[in-house]
Amino acid sequence: MLSKLIDENGIRTDGRKLDELRPVKMEVGILKNANGSAYFEQGKCKILAAVYGPHEAHPRHLALPDRAIIRCRYHMAPFSVTERKNPAPSRREIELSKVIREALEPLVMCELFPRTMIDIFIEILTADGGTRCAGLTAASLALADAGIPLRGLVSACAAGKVDGKIVLDLNDKEDKEGDADVPVAFIPQMNVFSLLQMDGLMTAEDYKSALSIALQGCRKLYEMQIEALKKKYLETKVEENNQ
Amino acid sequence: MSKFVEDRQIVVPGEVLAEGDFRLGENVYRNGNRILSTMVGLTRIDGERLSVIALHGFYMPQNDDIVIGIVNDVGLTHWVLDINAPYPGILRANETPGRPFDPTRHELLDELKIGDMVIAKVLSFDRTQDPALTLKESGLGKIKDGVVVSLTPSKIPRLIGKKGSMLNIIQQKTGCQIIVGQNGRILARCGDKTKEDLAIKIIKVIEMEAHMSGLTNRISRLVETERTKEVG
Repeated sequence: MLSKLIDENGIRTDGRKLDELRPVKMEVGILKNANGSAYFEQGKCKILAAVYGPHEAHPRHLALPDRAIIRCRYHMAPFSVTERKNPAPSRREIELSKVIREALEPLVMCELFPRTMIDIFIEILTADGGTRCAGLTAASLALADAGIPLRGLVSACAAGKVDGKIVLDLNDKEDKEGDADVPVAFIPQMNVFSLLQMDGLMTAEDYKSALSIALQGCRKLYEMQIEALKKKYLETKVEENNQ
Repeated sequence: MSKFVEDRQIVVPGEVLAEGDFRLGENVYRNGNRILSTMVGLTRIDGERLSVIALHGFYMPQNDDIVIGIVNDVGLTHWVLDINAPYPGILRANETPGRPFDPTRHELLDELKIGDMVIAKVLSFDRTQDPALTLKESGLGKIKDGVVVSLTPSKIPRLIGKKGSMLNIIQQKTGCQIIVGQNGRILARCGDKTKEDLAIKIIKVIEMEAHMSGLTNRISRLVETERTKEVG
C-alpha cells in the first residue's frame, strides 16, 4: 500500500500546495574556465550547467557548412542519487541529452557561426525528480551567460497527476508513485513548446489542465531566469554605489 | 512605433526592445513587428537605430582587425594561430615580412614556434574559410617583450574609449605602450614591473565595470591614487 501523497488539506509531502513550485535558486557565471555557466537549485535538485564555445568542430567531419552544431551531455553524478549510479552514460541519459539538445536548438542562432561547435554540459549533482526540466532551464541560462546569440530563453517545468489531482513540479516521490508526469519546456518569445513529453496515464481533460499549470510554472521560472542573468551585472553596480 | 527600454538598460536574450519600424543594430533581431535582444547586454538607442552592447561575448574576426594570436601548429607553408575566435587564424609563410618564402630553403620553425605570440592583422574572413592573417605591415610581428592580458572581446571598445580617449589616459598615466588586439588580448609594454602591474589592474577594472557610466573618470582617479601610494 502506497503512502498518501496529498493530505486532506491539499498539501503535498514536502508541504507545498498543488500549484506551487519548489524553492528555486539560480546563479550564473560560476565556473571560471567555461565560457558560460549556471548553477540551478529546485528543491533538492542541484544542477550545474556549463557551455563551451562556439569553437572549432572536432572531430572535423561533424562540422556543418551552414551552421554551428550543438553537442549536449546530460549526466548524473554517481552521488546524485541514494543508490550509487554507474558514471557511464546510461540509455536514459543519452536520450535526455538528445531531447535537451533538441529543445535548445530553436533558441540558438546557429547560422551565425557555421562550421563551429557549441558544447553544453549538464551535471546533475543531486537528483530529486524533474531533472530534465531543471537541466534545460540551467543550460539556457549558461548559454545566455556565454554570450551566444539566442532568440530567447527556454524555461522548463513538469506537471503531473498525483493521487488523482493535477500538481505542478513533481518531486522524486511524486514522480515515482504518482499517476502521470508531463515535462514541458516553453520559449515565451517564440510561443513554442520545445519539449513536451508524457509518462503515465491521464484523461484528455487532465492533460489540458496539466499543460496549463506547467505553462504557468514555466512563466514563473522565466521571470527568475531574467532576474538571475541581470543580477550578475547589477551586483557590481550596487557595490560601486556603496563605495 | 514604441520603445519599451531606455538607453543603457540591461537586457537579456529575448527581451522585447521595441515595436515598429526601427533600424536594427548589432545583437538584435526582428520577430514580426517586434525587435528583440539576442544577448545579455546594454541597450543603445541612436535615433531610429536599436542595438545591444554585449556584456560578455566571443570574438568574431573581421577584415583589417588587429589581433594577438598564439601559434598552435606549424605546417609546411603556414602557421595555425589561436586567435580567441571560433575559427583558427591561418598565417601563410608568404605573409611574413622579408624575402619570399621558399619551402626548399626556409624553415618555418626558424621564425615562429608553437607558443609564440604575434600581433597580426586579419586579411580576409567570410565564415566559409578560416581567417587569413598577415604580418606584412608596420607594427605587426612576433611579440618579444611585454605582458599580454585577456579581456572579454565585447569590452574592447570600452578599453579604447571614445576616439581612443581611455587608451590615451592609460598610456599617458602608466607610461606603458598598449597594443589592443580586437580579439580580447592586450599587449602592455612597460619595461617596469610596477607600471606593468598598474596597467594590468586598470584593464581588469575596466573589464569588471565596463557596463557602468563614468568609467573614464574613475580610471583617472584610480591611477592617481595608485601613484600617490607609490610616492608615499
